[in-house]
Amino acid sequence: MSEWSTGRSGFPPAYLDRVGSSFTDFLSVTAPDLLPGRRPVPQLPVHDLAPHGTTIVAATYGGGVLMGGDRRATMGNMISSRDIEKVYPADSYSVIGIAGAAGIAIEMVRLYQVELEHYEKIEGLTLSLDGKANRLAQMIRGNLGAALQGLAVVPLFAGFDLDAAEGASPGRIFSYDVTGGNYEERGYATVGSGSLFARNSLKKTWRPGLAGDAALRTVVEALYDAADDDSATGGPDPVRRLYPIVYRVDAEGAVRLVDDEVAAVARTITDERTAAEGQG
Amino acid sequence: MPFYASPEQLMRDKSEYARKGISRGRSVAVVTYADGVLFIAENPSPTLHKVGELYDRIGFAAVGRYSEFESLRVAGVRLADVRGYSYNRRDVTGRVIANAYAQTLGAIFTEQMKPYEVELCVAEVGDSPETDQLYRLTFDGSVVDEPDFVVMGGQAEAVTGHLRENYTQGMGLAEALRVGVRALSAVSPVTAGAGNGGQSQLTAAQLEVAVLDRRRPKRAFRRVVGAALGSLLDGGSGTGAPVAQTAAPHHAPTHPQPGTPPGLGSPDEPDTAGGSEGTGEGSGPQPAADDGEGGGTR
Repeated sequence: MSEWSTGRSGFPPAYLDRVGSSFTDFLSVTAPDLLPGRRPVPQLPVHDLAPHGTTIVAATYGGGVLMGGDRRATMGNMISSRDIEKVYPADSYSVIGIAGAAGIAIEMVRLYQVELEHYEKIEGLTLSLDGKANRLAQMIRGNLGAALQGLAVVPLFAGFDLDAAEGASPGRIFSYDVTGGNYEERGYATVGSGSLFARNSLKKTWRPGLAGDAALRTVVEALYDAADDDSATGGPDPVRRLYPIVYRVDAEGAVRLVDDEVAAVARTITDERTAAEGQG
Repeated sequence: MPFYASPEQLMRDKSEYARKGISRGRSVAVVTYADGVLFIAENPSPTLHKVGELYDRIGFAAVGRYSEFESLRVAGVRLADVRGYSYNRRDVTGRVIANAYAQTLGAIFTEQMKPYEVELCVAEVGDSPETDQLYRLTFDGSVVDEPDFVVMGGQAEAVTGHLRENYTQGMGLAEALRVGVRALSAVSPVTAGAGNGGQSQLTAAQLEVAVLDRRRPKRAFRRVVGAALGSLLDGGSGTGAPVAQTAAPHHAPTHPQPGTPPGLGSPDEPDTAGGSEGTGEGSGPQPAADDGEGGGTR
């Protein structure tokens, strides 16, 4: 860091220019080395060297939206973490879940959180939900070079739309591709290595306008099904008391569900499948 | 412009110019109370703020020329966010921001023709009343660490005198607000006609009030507006009954108004921006406070 950060000299001119309210744009002028997209891209694919996060599931329900993620990160055939957290609050009314290269993804989430808070402090207003989703797309777009070398980051974004029209569902989900494509999803969405199995599970269990607890069950069950068939997705782990992380976003804001609540749902599902004599 | 003026004369002229500009404006009082720091500004505009949030535990108040202190506020937010992002949220302190302001104001005062006509206060709320910090910064870049309260603007001397008489340490929010508003009202031109049947106190519409509340888990800054401000002001003559605002951290809003940003809407409907009062790790909307960074991981 340069001398200004120690407080020995005043603000450099860029700090006093009233140009924009975006933190990322500001960093690209004053400290571009802090931005994930500005570093040289590795020349060779680095697939198995970096931990990768796996499955994220989001589903809307009557009062908002739920997002859950398993706890596993893998490096090739190895489990690199059993208790990684892959779902984060982006601000008070939205959450972000990440699949892909964990290091870059978590850095991107941090940057994105500061981006939203920075805008809020400077403008005195929060961005619209579509504005937030769009901003995230631009961040993913900047990572395309690294994505092609095996360091792809694919997030899932969900939030409670405070400006939702009467009758429209206030919970909304946005999915992304590695090129920064941004697609609004209807009802539910999945991302990551186990996403195929999770989506098939949701297809059978999710219905429009579910109640909150029924929706929680569909999310946890989808993660269970993903863990069942995908080696890179971790299932509920009663031995270490590790259960999926689930966030709920409703009119009261984004809240992480306590482990006991998720554990109870996970136990119900395992019990029912055990009772099915191994056919579950 | 004369061909030569002595440095003393130049500095004196600039000081006088800046002082004049500041004294035309209305006053702002920053007062510490039991649970944090209270900002009271006489400000009829609901959108051109004199008080703002810099970081989790740090607030900002200013008097003088709006365009000048607004660009300083934005610079402060940028410095705080860049530091917090590149180090850790805990590494952002009021002292660092106050130093940057002092250096900048000092450089502008000595090097530029026209000094900034502003006076700033950077307030930081700590874990206990003893660790609260108030820094007052003047147009020439001098910085003073003040105890208890800071008054800036037009009639700062008179307001300070009034506050010195009535201020006591450890006041509650309602009482601190009452004392502060009475001090500001005593010198405000709006209440000059009090003897002739005019209003004797500034009303909620003429005030901009905000607090840094140490009990809030992450972002301590909150504006006190609308009904909550009204009841706090009215409660002044009564018993200081508990108001919605003080209960704020314990529950989340039920019906946020569309487009109302958290922390800026009605305090009856507290935001969850700083996280609800959690029941343990991860129950709030923000990452657990003890991980110390915005989007930390393990």
